[in-house]
Amino acid sequence: MNSPADFAALSPSPLGPALRPRLPGIAKRALRWVDAAIAPYLYIAPFFLLFIGFGLFPILYTGYVSLTDRDLLRPGAETYIGLANFRELVGDDYFWNSVKNTFLLMVMCSVPQLVLALILAHLLTSIRRLRTLLRMGVLLPNVTSIVAVALVFGQIYSRDFGVVNWVLGVLGVDPIHWQAGDWTSRLAIASMVVWRWTGYNALIYLGAMQAIPKEQFEAAALDRAGTWRQLWHITLPALRPTIAFTALISLIGQMQLFSEPLLFDASPGSVSGGSARQFQTMTLFMYEEGFRLGHLGYGAAVAWIVLLLTFVVAAFAYAMTRRGMRAAGAV
Amino acid sequence: MTGAAGTLVGRRRARIAWTGPAGESSGIFTRYPFLIVVLLLSAFPVYWTFTIASQTNEAIGQTPPPFLPGGNFLANARRVFDTVEFAKALLHSFVVAGAITTSTLLFCSMAGFAFAKLRFRGRNALVLIVLVTMMWPVQLGVIPLYIEMQALGWAQHLVAVIAPTAVTGFGVILMRQYTIQAVPDELLEAARMDGCTSFGLYWHVVVPALRPAMAVLGLLTFMQAWNDFMWPLIVLSPQNPTVQVALSTLAAGHYMDYTLVLAGTAMATLPVLIVFAVFGRRIIGGIMEGAVKG
Repeated sequence: MNSPADFAALSPSPLGPALRPRLPGIAKRALRWVDAAIAPYLYIAPFFLLFIGFGLFPILYTGYVSLTDRDLLRPGAETYIGLANFRELVGDDYFWNSVKNTFLLMVMCSVPQLVLALILAHLLTSIRRLRTLLRMGVLLPNVTSIVAVALVFGQIYSRDFGVVNWVLGVLGVDPIHWQAGDWTSRLAIASMVVWRWTGYNALIYLGAMQAIPKEQFEAAALDRAGTWRQLWHITLPALRPTIAFTALISLIGQMQLFSEPLLFDASPGSVSGGSARQFQTMTLFMYEEGFRLGHLGYGAAVAWIVLLLTFVVAAFAYAMTRRGMRAAGAV
Repeated sequence: MTGAAGTLVGRRRARIAWTGPAGESSGIFTRYPFLIVVLLLSAFPVYWTFTIASQTNEAIGQTPPPFLPGGNFLANARRVFDTVEFAKALLHSFVVAGAITTSTLLFCSMAGFAFAKLRFRGRNALVLIVLVTMMWPVQLGVIPLYIEMQALGWAQHLVAVIAPTAVTGFGVILMRQYTIQAVPDELLEAARMDGCTSFGLYWHVVVPALRPAMAVLGLLTFMQAWNDFMWPLIVLSPQNPTVQVALSTLAAGHYMDYTLVLAGTAMATLPVLIVFAVFGRRIIGGIMEGAVKG
């Protein structure tokens, strides 16, 4: 009596007559059962199959590969050597050097980036004129590729023709060989990362700031709290979860810093992160071992250590945020 | 002058000046100069890429360097095409970014729809897994991934670049959020009464409603795929590159020929700049909205 077709004829359908069913009874019922019980899994299957195949499996397989000795150029020929790669890694000065560089760069990239983003977002909140232009302007660095960023910064920091050295020259400072020095090279690399990500984080903060009730600011303004006190006492506490999220993403990203140090090298094509390895990161070291020297097993061991350190850093960031939140709650 | 009168004046001023959290007038003289400086710093490297790309090597060696674009771009661009497989690289990048964007939009919107509107066992646990995959350190799996691609016979082929990023957890979560927001259950019920299968719901109701969110996801995915570097560098050869890999080959010559390298960079950056110029406001909206929800 009350078949779907009748119902559709009565109710205003957004879909039109073309979609009304024209299937015989049994087939219809079977289809309906499949549709309810199986179809949901079919919709999510592509994601999970691709993730298992090209995301989960490789990371787990890294564990096995790191216990073998195998060469890039001789696929299939591998020997199981137990923990030998890890034992070698512990005594490898180049590896520890890359660990040190990664953590130094992590601090030099993340801290300025997030602090500047917060200030920038705060200044962008009440802007009316030039609003779209300014927002697009701060995001512009993020849409250019890392390769493009690294190459143009390489020119900007170049010893002989670089803009930075020219400006320093005008100010009476001798030209600096940015790529050669320990700290100058790291500073230059950090500046690329900060340049590329500050605006992006500022927009995330800006979005989160718009969720803060306006009355809080109005009340503060009536109490004559200045703009920076408003940032400190209202915006910052409200933004804690967002800040924690961006800090975590930024730290995890910096653990995998690769393209900037690879392309900043003064001798083109080198993957050692500078003549004295002064800015070779862990991921770059893994690349050098695995794909330049062909030591896939050893490179996988490096990857495994980086993975563990990533978890440690993520847990640390999480703990810091919790503590920060509790402190804020206590105040 | 003190006391009540002073407070009253102060209050009135505060109310009149009110335009946002801090009041625009309160910092108008420090705010705009600072922001303009940030804007110039943000734009300078991009501007500089095009400036150097259109100069000769003699000109950029001078002191001070030339701050305006020159007329040598076409000559530099020709050298780029002569030095590396740049035409092929551009084509490859369009194929790779196009394929990844298409599959991401399809698979993420399907999964997002299922997670948002269909009922099935294990749904919540599976959503949690998707969230965790967003933080998955993919770059650390490149060595086994390379071994896997060799075993599949995909190494050196574009499919090896496309497959691992053909769908992202970020996209699934974004589509799920938007479906919850933009598609009312009543609409789906009505369509079901019309005899729609779940795929009919997805195709005729959900996809049209998701269009704005799919535009943002598509733009972000395209730019990310276009800019991806590490994995294509590993799995592709210099003879068969994407555009970013071709750039790194260009920069790996015996000496740094900056006009050549940055002419290539300029051409590789132009497509994303065009996308950004046309759809930038949408992308910004997407990033800011993600923050509100997340």
